[in-house]
Amino acid sequence: MSVMVVRKKVTRKWEKLPGRNTFCCDGRVMMARQKGIFYLTLFLILGTCTLFFAFECRYLAVQLSPAIPVFAAMLFLFSMATLLRTSFSDPGVIPRALPDEAAFIEMEIEATNGAVPQGQRPPPRIKNFQINNQIVKLKYCYTCKIFRPPRASHCSICDNCVERFDHHCPWVGNCVGKRNYRYFYLFILSLSLLTIYVFAFNIVYVALKSLKIGFLETLKETPGTVLEVLICFFTLWSVVGLTGFHTFLVALNQTTNEDIKGSWTGKNRVQNPYSHGNIVKNCCEVLCGPLPPSVLDRRGILPLEESGSRPPSTQETSSSLLPQSPVPTDHLSSSEMPEDTSTPEEMPPPEPPEPPQEGTEAEK
Amino acid sequence: MWSSSADLAATTEPGQMASLEATEETKVHNLQELRRSASLATKVFIQRDYSDGTICQFQTKFPPELDSRIERQLFEETVKTLNSFYAEAEKIGGSSYLEGCLACATAYFIFLCMETHYEKVLKKISRYIQEQNEKIFAPRGLLLTDPVERGMRVIEISIYEDRCSSGSSSSGSSSGSGSSSGGGGGAGAR
Repeated sequence: MSVMVVRKKVTRKWEKLPGRNTFCCDGRVMMARQKGIFYLTLFLILGTCTLFFAFECRYLAVQLSPAIPVFAAMLFLFSMATLLRTSFSDPGVIPRALPDEAAFIEMEIEATNGAVPQGQRPPPRIKNFQINNQIVKLKYCYTCKIFRPPRASHCSICDNCVERFDHHCPWVGNCVGKRNYRYFYLFILSLSLLTIYVFAFNIVYVALKSLKIGFLETLKETPGTVLEVLICFFTLWSVVGLTGFHTFLVALNQTTNEDIKGSWTGKNRVQNPYSHGNIVKNCCEVLCGPLPPSVLDRRGILPLEESGSRPPSTQETSSSLLPQSPVPTDHLSSSEMPEDTSTPEEMPPPEPPEPPQEGTEAEK
Repeated sequence: MWSSSADLAATTEPGQMASLEATEETKVHNLQELRRSASLATKVFIQRDYSDGTICQFQTKFPPELDSRIERQLFEETVKTLNSFYAEAEKIGGSSYLEGCLACATAYFIFLCMETHYEKVLKKISRYIQEQNEKIFAPRGLLLTDPVERGMRVIEISIYEDRCSSGSSSSGSSSGSGSSSGGGGGAGAR
């Protein structure tokens, strides 16, 4: 008896994942749907750095030191690497509950709260937990049909629950969460340094050259310098401020989401139970702590459903099915409940030093 | 018609005992077929325990649905071992800092060729779960699903109805072989 081999393109799990993400490179890359501003970020960084290397660096390497372009190149490569890591990786998306699990949780909730008559909106579902002697509430997510872990939040732009949700950043074209927060932080840090570096050396270049051929001549010879200085100037205010803000958050082990909602501040609020109380320890945990792998399994193969051919024995997981589109039940609707949509954290939060400048991000 | 496992032991000859052992050993390989032919009765979901913060831990509370299926102690031991594995994976200490700093210094390119500590522990967990399934859970008609396949939200335990079962519950690994070879022995005796 021979097994019929069906030569068919395999369907990978990323093709059927719910949520509003786009995937590239056969599931290896994961981003949000709107990528326009991310391309702008890339363009600004690459454009400014290209101008810097092409014009100023050549002069400065000869006049001052060849270490200048070398160091700039290192900063540039590091910030590009961290940018791409932030943009392309899974921020810590929590997969939606499979129907069995959702039904089980529903049963548990009904057992505690009692059945809600049809037509009435069910009360918000909250479970209380005690963490380090403080009560923390877990909210039920109506879209993902799970009780969100503490610090997790549902991003309405990507339509996913994300662990340790910080914010959705349009500049990197992705959510910033547990798995990519350190890359994001290192990106804005290295970008700040790069901006300051290029800005400073542009000034030095203009100063040096003006001594020889005059200010206006210098600008005429390398008009790109003006552009670089402008971009760097506006970028400095936004990115350096953002870096300062996130350094503050890292030191206190808080997320942007918690800061905006004021979860741990205020008189009657509990103290942050996740902070170790020590700045160094907090920094180490957030930036150098263990990195959990993605639980989305984007590249897993979905089982074939044709009858007559045996499913390939190299199934990557035994559990096969992905959550299908939410099954409407009596009590749940697939649309977000007001408590989920009205929360501000899911909108792109304003960058703290609100730059009125339009869209100038990268530097130099 | 259907002989109990005690009768079977009394009436079998050494040759038959050998085949029983072989059956027991192959029961693991027959597990897949058994899973397809056995009917899934229900699933139990062990939820996360957040009392220690956001680290991955599961509740050790014994679910009532498993009351007649598995000993409480075995279940608790399995969950506690899993919890200790996860604690090891997420441990914040010298080695994790070193890994983090080294990765940062190489602009995270090192992750293209190296596995993180967390991934290594997850592989250990997966082997442990497979082992537990083969030794403890499958003979009792249960199947543990690796939490990684459920987004680290729950430990899913599938409870199967053993269709060959004569209704008598025997403890340990003899239940699986007893019932399946009991059926065979019964059929042979007829």
